[in-house]
Amino acid sequence: MNQDYDLHLEEAKGKIEGSFDLEALKKVEVELLGKKSVTTQAKRSLGGLEPEERRELGLILNETRAKLEEMLKTTRMKLESEVKGEQLENERLDLTEFDSGHRLGHRHVVTQTWERLEDLFIGMGYTVSEGPEIEDEWHNFGALNFPLGHPARDMYDTLYVEYGDPMSTLLRTHTSPVQIRVMEEEEPPIYSIMPGRVFRSDTADATHMPVFHQIEALVVDRDITFGDLAGTIEVFTSAYFGKDFESRLRPSYFPFTEPSAEFDIRHPGGKWLELGGCGMVHPEVLKAGGLDPEEWQGFAFGFGLDRLALMRHEIDDLRELFRNDYRFLAQF
Amino acid sequence: MKVLLSWLKEFAPIDGEPDLIGEQLSELGLAVENMVRTGEHLEGVVVAKILDLRPHPDADRIQIVEVDSGDGQPLQICCGAFNMSPGDFVPLATIGTIMPNGMEISRRKLRGEWSNGMLCSGAEIDLGDDHDGILILGSESEQGTPLADSLGIESDVLYDLEVNPNRPDAMAVAGVARDLAAYQKVPFKIPVPKVSEKGKDVSEILKAEIISPDLCGRFAVRVIDGISIQDSPQWLKNRITALGMRPVNNVVDVSNYVMLELGQPSHTFDLGCVTGSEFKVRWAADGEEIVTLDGVARSLTEQDGVVADGSDLPIGIAGVMGGVSTEISESTSTVALEMAWWNPAAIAKTSRRLGLRSEASARFERGTDPEIIDMAMQRFCELLGPEAFLSPGIIDTKGHLPAGDKIKVRVSRVNGILGTDLDQKDILRILDPIGFKGESVDQDIDVKVPSFRPDTSSEIDVIEEIARIYGYERIVKTVPKSKTFGSLTLKQSDCRLIRTTMVGLGLDEAMPIPFLAPGELENAGLESDGIKVANPLVAEESIMRSSLRPGLLKTLAYNESHRLTGLRLFELGHVYRQPDKFQALPDEREQLVSILAGSEAGEIVKIWSALADALGFDDYELLTDSPPGFHATRTSRIEVQGVTVGFLGEIDPSVLSLFEVNERVACLEVDIDDLLSIPHGHRSYAPFSRYPSSDIDLAFEVDEGVSSNEVKKCLQEQAGPLLVGIHLFDIFRGEPVAEGRRSLAFKLRLQADDRTLTNVEVAEVHGECIKSVEKKFSAKLRS
Repeated sequence: MNQDYDLHLEEAKGKIEGSFDLEALKKVEVELLGKKSVTTQAKRSLGGLEPEERRELGLILNETRAKLEEMLKTTRMKLESEVKGEQLENERLDLTEFDSGHRLGHRHVVTQTWERLEDLFIGMGYTVSEGPEIEDEWHNFGALNFPLGHPARDMYDTLYVEYGDPMSTLLRTHTSPVQIRVMEEEEPPIYSIMPGRVFRSDTADATHMPVFHQIEALVVDRDITFGDLAGTIEVFTSAYFGKDFESRLRPSYFPFTEPSAEFDIRHPGGKWLELGGCGMVHPEVLKAGGLDPEEWQGFAFGFGLDRLALMRHEIDDLRELFRNDYRFLAQF
Repeated sequence: MKVLLSWLKEFAPIDGEPDLIGEQLSELGLAVENMVRTGEHLEGVVVAKILDLRPHPDADRIQIVEVDSGDGQPLQICCGAFNMSPGDFVPLATIGTIMPNGMEISRRKLRGEWSNGMLCSGAEIDLGDDHDGILILGSESEQGTPLADSLGIESDVLYDLEVNPNRPDAMAVAGVARDLAAYQKVPFKIPVPKVSEKGKDVSEILKAEIISPDLCGRFAVRVIDGISIQDSPQWLKNRITALGMRPVNNVVDVSNYVMLELGQPSHTFDLGCVTGSEFKVRWAADGEEIVTLDGVARSLTEQDGVVADGSDLPIGIAGVMGGVSTEISESTSTVALEMAWWNPAAIAKTSRRLGLRSEASARFERGTDPEIIDMAMQRFCELLGPEAFLSPGIIDTKGHLPAGDKIKVRVSRVNGILGTDLDQKDILRILDPIGFKGESVDQDIDVKVPSFRPDTSSEIDVIEEIARIYGYERIVKTVPKSKTFGSLTLKQSDCRLIRTTMVGLGLDEAMPIPFLAPGELENAGLESDGIKVANPLVAEESIMRSSLRPGLLKTLAYNESHRLTGLRLFELGHVYRQPDKFQALPDEREQLVSILAGSEAGEIVKIWSALADALGFDDYELLTDSPPGFHATRTSRIEVQGVTVGFLGEIDPSVLSLFEVNERVACLEVDIDDLLSIPHGHRSYAPFSRYPSSDIDLAFEVDEGVSSNEVKKCLQEQAGPLLVGIHLFDIFRGEPVAEGRRSLAFKLRLQADDRTLTNVEVAEVHGECIKSVEKKFSAKLRS
């Protein structure tokens, strides 16, 4: 009797696994487990058997049905997954077709350098101040201790504009006039940087432009020393250029600072590279800014911003920054 | 200022490798711009005698020179210079010589003629700056002698120093030596010149008077005798040549030598030609004339100083150039040597006005040392050789000299400024070697400023000197702790946000220079009243931009010419305008312009709405407008809270053609100062309904002239408070919509805060909306 059902299972397996799709499988399922199936019919006949026989056959039938269900389920899952696979296959995409240069725009390299410097000084507790690009003679020269006729004015090739009295209004030659404006407007202590656009009457070449950018730092507090200036430049140097960079100060001359210095940076073992000018704010400049030099003292330093952009990206011609060739703008 | 190491060593036992000394000079504030080891490049260069010159048969710019290089045989050289004659002695770089520029001299043919070496200019062998012709050597030279031996050149080091305006003392070899000696802590001394004096006292020979004491602080004259005008000795020529002067004759060369060595220029007069043997120093009269040494007749003004003679006629322009009438010559019997201290501002003005800037005027402009004159006069005589002698005495007249005041220097201030811990003794020790004599007074120091440092007039000037000699590198580096909170201002943060947004929308940031050429503002449709540059270098850079538009249009044209089209660019920068009412400075403001080349106006509206969203401007209106320079029918004005903040649309096609831009250009222009001054960015939480919403789609056919915005506003009004969202989702033109009309389809979402809307309520709004739009815009609902 047992063997009969083994045979039945053997036949059923062939039918189930031979089903090509879910629909065929459904039919097989009805045939094997439905009302007219071998096992259902046998169940119905159980009532006429001896208790011993009934128990034995009942067990066999249940076992057989369970095995049939298991076989059906396995095949159903296999067929279902084939269907899903086919559906997904029909949706296949080549994603490289879509990788055709949807892009963000790019901030100008000068802006990138500008913002990088701002962030660095903000981290050191500095605010950011700005002033007009068209300045008056007083803020650009007079207040910065360049009296009229002072030969140091010749160090700057100044562009004047036709506004007000002749020679009264100019394109600022440096960001230093913002120092005066900050002192006029704010109470010390002042810890501020002043990035901005400046102008000189220079013919454009690989290292000169009539328009370029500077950044200036001004600190005014009660006990600021020349040592603080040297230390701040050192911190800035290692923060911006890299930990192992060092800085040095060399005596120089600017009317608006005293003692004045140029500052150089270098990678250990490399050559010194002149970066900018600095010094203690001249007492006359503090006075021009409305501060008492016996009560307040401070330092200032400044340098060209464009050159840092050139250095970072190994650009060899300053003019490229302002030519606005798309092949340049899109690079950075 | 150039200095030779050997010359510096005449004043102090300076020691060390040339590179190290260069570093020390830089640390003293005399930055070394260039360092050249001289005399090392002369190997292989010999003296040659010119035997014959003849034209090159095939070249106009080359001649054939035959020289004798010592063996008595003619040697053929091709040469591009024409300043020599047979009999001249010239330097010849023989075959195999390595020139200072690295070139090796070889035997070669020039247009078919052999050249067996090269004749050299002074510059080619690092002897001076003269490129113009072949260096002609003295007649006492001998062919075949190595040039170095012939010129008495020993290897030396030439430093080219950058001297700042506050260092007049460093415009002299001795002054540079003083600094170096202080650095190296070795003694410094200017040797006392050995001269002989004989004859009549100078007071019996001539007279001098300063009429204008504000022009001249000191005017000193002595008489030198025993001079014969001739070439200077070779060593003296070599030195002044190395420092950039051209040898002329012994008197001129000695004058230059003394100026380079001690910083004091001088002038010599043929006393026989000075009327009355009398000198008067005064301001010139307007229109007064003088013929100067260069043979030019010059007209003077009241701001020029002159030296006049006994008849009050000018015989020299103070500190700038002498007159031709008293120039010394071979027939001169008595030479009057004048040295003076001139008012620096006066010399600066005159030399600039006349375009006569010289080594001498440069020194007077910075301020010379009035006390070096006596020694400089003796040195002048000494350098002329043992036959020259001075008459006893000096005519020495004084005007206004800067007061050599004492400056009080507080020790506490020195340390307070520098961050050092120096005491009185330290400071005195630092200052003494550079000539600043100090004296302790209580806690402080009284410092007498030396006469060669007229730049030093206040305590801070002296503190700088202390720092310089103490050594900037020895000052301990400290970092002050900021007492302010580091941050950007709101405007600065917003400007960063604007850039971030533009970049996020795929726009690249451009940075054209803010100068425009005349006419470019007008070409862009803007007013022609841009601020003008008073002294532009070129006309293309003579107008300050009043809008960023012209610069960006030029950028597009430039890129188009390189076949780069479809650019999406923005610029955020300053623009400059004439203010409505006069104010101290022009109206300067920040502007944003974004341009999309090859795009229509609709694209730029998306840029604006994204920007408004980023900055937190939730309410704005786009109102049809036609500002100049923009496309007359494709432009809107942007209003935020009733304030016009800018325009968007397309650039006027006629503007594009003037700028030679061939694509359509969509443009957004926003006045950033106006925009950001309107409150923005703050968004309070708006609660939203938890009840279901209902959507209504409405498509209307309206005339082209009807703005979608007007229709939208009408719908908003009608739908009232139940409307929580509305957007234009489709625009359609063409059949079956009538010609000249278009279909606008809106989706409205209705929702109540406190209940689910009934179909009746929704139907009511639906009906009202249709009725109202149809009536107001003669619209027709499409089904």
